[in-house]
Amino acid sequence: MKILVCISHVPDTTSKINFTEGDTKFDTNGVQFVINPNDEFGLTRAMWFKEKQGASVDVVNVGGPETEPTLRKALAIGADAAIRVNTEAVDGATVAKQLAKVVTDGGYDLVIAGRESIDYNGGMVPGMLAAMTGANFVTNCISLEIDGTNAKAVREIDGGKETVSTSLPLVIGGQKGLVEESDLRIPNMRGIMMARKKPLTIVEPVDANVETKSTGFEKPAPKGAVKLVDAENIDELVNLLHNEAKVI
Amino acid sequence: MSVIVYTESEKGKFKKVAFEVVSYAKAIADKMGTSVTAIAVNAENPESLGNYGASKVLAVNDDSLNVFNAKKYASAIEQATKQENANVVVLSSSADSKYLAPILAVGLEAGYVSNVVEVPSNTAPFTVKRTAFTNKAFAHTEINTEVKLIGLSNNSFGLVESGGSASVETFTPNIPDSGVTVESVDKATDKVSIADAEVVVSGGRGLKGPENWALIEDLAEVLNAATACSKPVSDLGWRPHSEHVGQTGKPVASNLYIAIGISGAIQHLAGINSSKVKVVINTDPEAPFFKAADYGIVGDAFEVVPVLTEKLKAFKAQNA
Ligand SMILES: Cc1cc2nc3c(=O)[nH]c(=O)nc-3n(C[C@H](O)[C@H](O)[C@H](O)COP(=O)(O)OP(=O)(O)OC[C@H]3O[C@@H](n4cnc5c(N)ncnc54)[C@H](O)[C@@H]3O)c2cc1C
Ligand SMILES: Nc1ncnc2c1ncn2[C@@H]1O[C@H](COP(=O)(O)O)[C@@H](O)[C@H]1O
Repeated sequence: MKILVCISHVPDTTSKINFTEGDTKFDTNGVQFVINPNDEFGLTRAMWFKEKQGASVDVVNVGGPETEPTLRKALAIGADAAIRVNTEAVDGATVAKQLAKVVTDGGYDLVIAGRESIDYNGGMVPGMLAAMTGANFVTNCISLEIDGTNAKAVREIDGGKETVSTSLPLVIGGQKGLVEESDLRIPNMRGIMMARKKPLTIVEPVDANVETKSTGFEKPAPKGAVKLVDAENIDELVNLLHNEAKVI
Repeated sequence: MSVIVYTESEKGKFKKVAFEVVSYAKAIADKMGTSVTAIAVNAENPESLGNYGASKVLAVNDDSLNVFNAKKYASAIEQATKQENANVVVLSSSADSKYLAPILAVGLEAGYVSNVVEVPSNTAPFTVKRTAFTNKAFAHTEINTEVKLIGLSNNSFGLVESGGSASVETFTPNIPDSGVTVESVDKATDKVSIADAEVVVSGGRGLKGPENWALIEDLAEVLNAATACSKPVSDLGWRPHSEHVGQTGKPVASNLYIAIGISGAIQHLAGINSSKVKVVINTDPEAPFFKAADYGIVGDAFEVVPVLTEKLKAFKAQNA
């Protein structure tokens, strides 16, 4: 089985978000970038398939040279080879178009992407990629088993979960649950040394129309001070929620 | 030219988000000088969407659509959009709508923007405001394709009754094979889901252990609220993963969010910030949540919450 894990390169969750150039560009100053958490779960599950069922695992990112340390980290965790499509990730559709080419050229059976990137929360790329390549698609995936070309997946839905059967070729949007938090792999010294020797191939992008474009950003208005209610006077809280906030 | 909107139902009954997306679609249609067509699948009383601004409803009645399937639903909506020549398509942010939207976007060659929070500020170029960087910011995004697909963030627009009426037409799309078959659905029918809830009661590590969760559940019951938790609580196995909210968990956009024994780490706040009113109960007055909340009580959850639950019960009895 040939597995491709899509890796989105995102600001660390503790990052403060600021903008520059008249609020038109994300300010990367002082921001640390990491593998998108949803993709970490997917990558660890891919390693499980490799070790238990026999599979090759490649990772891919659509982005500039600045994303290479993130791809190297994925290699250090255990992926066999990395691909970087050398273009800026402008929107979900352009990224999906680039990935579709990689998937078709590489003949991958299973594509593991994340449910969403935690920076932009688009939740677009995996579904678009599946539609573009004609693969089956399951998102919010919290469990995945593969048997030959048959697949069984569990998807989180509003208020519960659902079990589905499907088949390869398949794209999933994965998340926590695919593996447990405690099973996530972190690179060790040996992995980091080996990653230096693994191939990281740079491919040039295909033409893609830009369908959506963010022209400006703003931060939420600063919040007013909290109204403190005395722990001995809970009637006051009920009163405020009813008469002032009007939420009960 | 028109605005088309997909209205979700469950077991034949429209969900609240269905009325919200129609209300929102109506505001866009007014701005563009056009009308709203809704598509409803196996829903009772499709004409009721008229009250929120739909002038026409395409009613699909097909037993093969009784269980949600992203590819089949996307195909039905795509066919309806083409039939109506619609150039704006509106969906909600439910798990199902977010599942089908990217497939629909490819089928329609439509530019898709999710998590939209307002009516477009401009229609040429078509510009929408969405949350970005997990609620830490907003982006103004232009959609440059002929057909535009918008995913509306839940609870960001609200319901607007316009008192209109809608004509209902039967619509019979061709349903493709989908390649994905639902084997079983496991869903608590007696519980409000985080996505649909107006009120969410959430517990953190301050509650000390899973045995104390009755505190959260009792309060949630009085408020008809969904229960949620911080990430460590689900990682420790005190609560199911599906209750984990925050930047790496589920987003919450409820009217009221009550955080009990939750410190208010940046990753937690990012996911719940779009809730309208936030209440924090925490023993530590320095807990960062107090900077993000509207109302707060510095106090011990084990003392404060049972009293709050009792007071709310009494309030409810009085106002029933
Ligand atoms: C990559 C990454 C992603 C993350 N994503 C998320 C996410 O999506 N969601 C999330 O929630 N977290 C997330 N986190 C974790 C986050 O950083 C915090 O660790 C977490 O939110 C803390 O949970 P907590 O507030 O329940 O626990 P704690 O930080 O331990 O806080 C417990 C609070 O309870 C209070 N308390 C103690 N006793 C009582 C009492 N008797 N009554 C009232 N209050 C009491 C304490 O004063 C304290 O403020 C993420 C972390 C990382 C690294
Ligand atoms: N630039 C990118 N390169 C590679 N994969 C990506 C990229 N952007 C998004 N993805 C994948 O698509 C998933 C969902 O991203 P998004 O649609 O941006 O929310 C991520 O978790 C990744 O697996």
